[in-house]
Amino acid sequence: MDLNFTGTDLCAINGTRSPAEAHYDVVVVGAGPSGTAAALEAKQAGASVLLVDENPVSGALMGNDVPLYFGGRMTAATQNSERMLEAVFMSMPALEQAMEAGVELLLGTSAWGVYRNGPGVQSLPEQVVGLADAERSWLVGFNRIVLATGARDLSLAFPGWNQPGVMGAAALQMLLTRYSAFDGHRVLILGSHDLALETALMAIEHGLEVAGLVEVRAAPQGSAELVAKLAAAGISVRCNTAISSAQGGINGIEAATLSSGETIACDTICTAVGLVPAIELVDAMHGPRELDGQRGGYVPRGEANVSAVGLCAGLVDRGFDHVEYRMEWVRALAEVCAPDTIICQCEEVTRADLLGVQPPNYLARPPAMCARSLETLLDDGPANQDQIKRLTRAGMGVCQGRRCRDQVAMLLALESGQPFGTIPLASHRAPVRPLPMKILADWNEPAQMEAAWDVWFGIPTQWVPVEDIGTPFEDDHRGMLYTGMYE
Amino acid sequence: MSGSEVVIIGGGVTGLSAGWWLARSGVKVTVLDKFIVGWEASGRNGGGASHYSSPLFDEEQRLWPQMDELLGYPTEHQKERILIAMTERQWEQYRFVAERHQRLNHPVELLDVKQVQEAVPLAGDNCFGGVHYKFGGHANPQRSVQAYAWALQDLGGKIMQHSPVTGFETAGGKVTAVKTANVTYGCDAVVVAAGPQIPQLMAQFGIDIPLAAARAEMIITEPAPMMPLGGVDGHKLYGRQTLRGNLAYGGGPHEWIDVDETGPAARPSTPLARNLARRLAELLPKAAHLNVIRSWAGVIENSPDGRPIIDRLSSPDNVIVASMSSVGFGLSPASGHAIRDLVIDGKCSFADIDILKLSRFAGLEPDWREKRGWMPIA
Repeated sequence: MDLNFTGTDLCAINGTRSPAEAHYDVVVVGAGPSGTAAALEAKQAGASVLLVDENPVSGALMGNDVPLYFGGRMTAATQNSERMLEAVFMSMPALEQAMEAGVELLLGTSAWGVYRNGPGVQSLPEQVVGLADAERSWLVGFNRIVLATGARDLSLAFPGWNQPGVMGAAALQMLLTRYSAFDGHRVLILGSHDLALETALMAIEHGLEVAGLVEVRAAPQGSAELVAKLAAAGISVRCNTAISSAQGGINGIEAATLSSGETIACDTICTAVGLVPAIELVDAMHGPRELDGQRGGYVPRGEANVSAVGLCAGLVDRGFDHVEYRMEWVRALAEVCAPDTIICQCEEVTRADLLGVQPPNYLARPPAMCARSLETLLDDGPANQDQIKRLTRAGMGVCQGRRCRDQVAMLLALESGQPFGTIPLASHRAPVRPLPMKILADWNEPAQMEAAWDVWFGIPTQWVPVEDIGTPFEDDHRGMLYTGMYE
Repeated sequence: MSGSEVVIIGGGVTGLSAGWWLARSGVKVTVLDKFIVGWEASGRNGGGASHYSSPLFDEEQRLWPQMDELLGYPTEHQKERILIAMTERQWEQYRFVAERHQRLNHPVELLDVKQVQEAVPLAGDNCFGGVHYKFGGHANPQRSVQAYAWALQDLGGKIMQHSPVTGFETAGGKVTAVKTANVTYGCDAVVVAAGPQIPQLMAQFGIDIPLAAARAEMIITEPAPMMPLGGVDGHKLYGRQTLRGNLAYGGGPHEWIDVDETGPAARPSTPLARNLARRLAELLPKAAHLNVIRSWAGVIENSPDGRPIIDRLSSPDNVIVASMSSVGFGLSPASGHAIRDLVIDGKCSFADIDILKLSRFAGLEPDWREKRGWMPIA
């Protein structure tokens, strides 16, 4: 075949994509106070505005700890989607004002990806955000996007943390306040900074028993005022100790054992060591971010058409280094928890296998494999979480790394003796929410996409068996498999 | 050539396999990679190992079942594939492919709808039939790349990551050293297996390697119940069920892009994930409720006829160029062997690979990419 042919590559993406269904001047992701205020402000300035919020998420997603670390401690009331929708709407009075001002509001709608042209891609007709509800997914174009996705719980591993009843502070707060759907009675709280103290006080307010707070540092970390309030309520902070295991039964957590030797009865262990700005969308769109320990970790740097507000932009800076504090927790837990402690719940990866860079246990581990470890990998270069994720599967599961991404990075930093900020975090990728295939699917695909669709590049000579080249079979092959592929 | 030194540029699957084969022959190997081994297309692909169109096919088929043992590390290699037709036209095409395999003595079996569903429990009764390849298979790209790298190190080879090549030293019609920012590596021979960056590297010798880079995408689901056979293709998709159970699938339109000497600037995935999800939901309808949990993209290069370039240059005469033209992963056990032969013996010992020589492009016009539309979107 003459290779100097002239034509058009009909199997290239050019011009074949589905258009966005709608276009707004401003799309705001997250209808909490900051997102709603941003939406209202944009509307009042004359823009067309779409405000989306994934809450209420389905019971199945809550079970996968999306978007917060619910730890299976939701009541059955969370399965009632109408009740949940009403609860979300009632918990955010500003939503009504925004709607009256003309902001379009979609609840129960997640934003699972943001796409724009840039290095490596020029084929998008416009910058779009991918949205999905319980029925379908679609694309919406925008001029400016505001990320108000909040912050999610930092989770920490200890033996038994993969049972129902181990959960995060933000999830507990949401179940208590918005949904009235917390299915526990006696809570042990890990941490003693403001998040932990505020969560403990809220739990008491809601009639729960607080079994105590656990702090690895020598003294309570949060504001003296909150510590005093808790002390007045008879709640103590156990310092210089970490949780070393959790015991449970069929209904989950029943007790926690501390490294001090003390065992504390409880049905819930609430990890309140820190919140992490929810920057999955920023990561998936390759947006710039920076590490700010005072603001809870990596925060978006902001771009001309992309801004972050509220906790997504960073926690309120109270002069407290959250990253340093978390590293101390991870170090303390690594000291008191056995090497076979599971770090990645989805893929059941233990700390020993993570730091040993070992494959999952359904694969053989011949002697050469067993001799490998993070230490030997470090001879080749600095630790890279994505590389280690691919080898160990830690962070590859259905929770999309929300439960273990941060702690795996911290363990890699600890083990390699490097600051947390030197470990490139494992990537978040679209869809940043688990989306059923049939929901993600584009069922209204344009005809030109189908016309361009080939299993690979559609190069007529690429798959001709070498034996057939120069024989009549070569033309048969092209005629049957590549008719019309090239004009 | 035992004891001589070979520098391999590119720690992808082709370069690493070549390095491993050379190290097995007692050659001192140094692999230079701009970043981390397997970070580009070698670690981002469908994992297929069934390249019947290649002169390296027989060697690919011979070696894959032995690779775990030969390397000493798991690759997750699994045998055989099934191709499922979802339209009448696909069924016609796939039967044509089956007949061709029969003619070439590649063992295949036609499956009716019921047989497809027995072999592939996630398939539905919406298909037209299938072809069972009793050859080929698939492996885990990322695990295999690392297996080559580790096996190479176990034989004394060196892998220098974060070491982009900046230039060459030549003398007497040979390359005598390969330069990086901080270190110069003396060598007796060089293998250039740098994927899309090969043209920029070879331009330093005034040699034009016709390659064009493009981006392609895949989606991954949460684990599905394990099927008896994970290598399931069809509906113009390629992919596999991993040994963990995840469905990893790609296919569909590519986007031509420019890549400079530093490599792809980014590998963004796009809403094409939705078109992949639609086809996968049709191909495996009993998995349509499963969550898609990731999508990703990779950058691959193609030659003008889509066939690999594996060739030893005449000048400088100790340089071997290797581009697998977007189908490198599965062929890697065999491509590494071929490259080892070209370095050591000047000739491939197990197959006639003249069709992969660069000279086939001698009549190619300089603007071949523009003329056929293999160009980035302006």
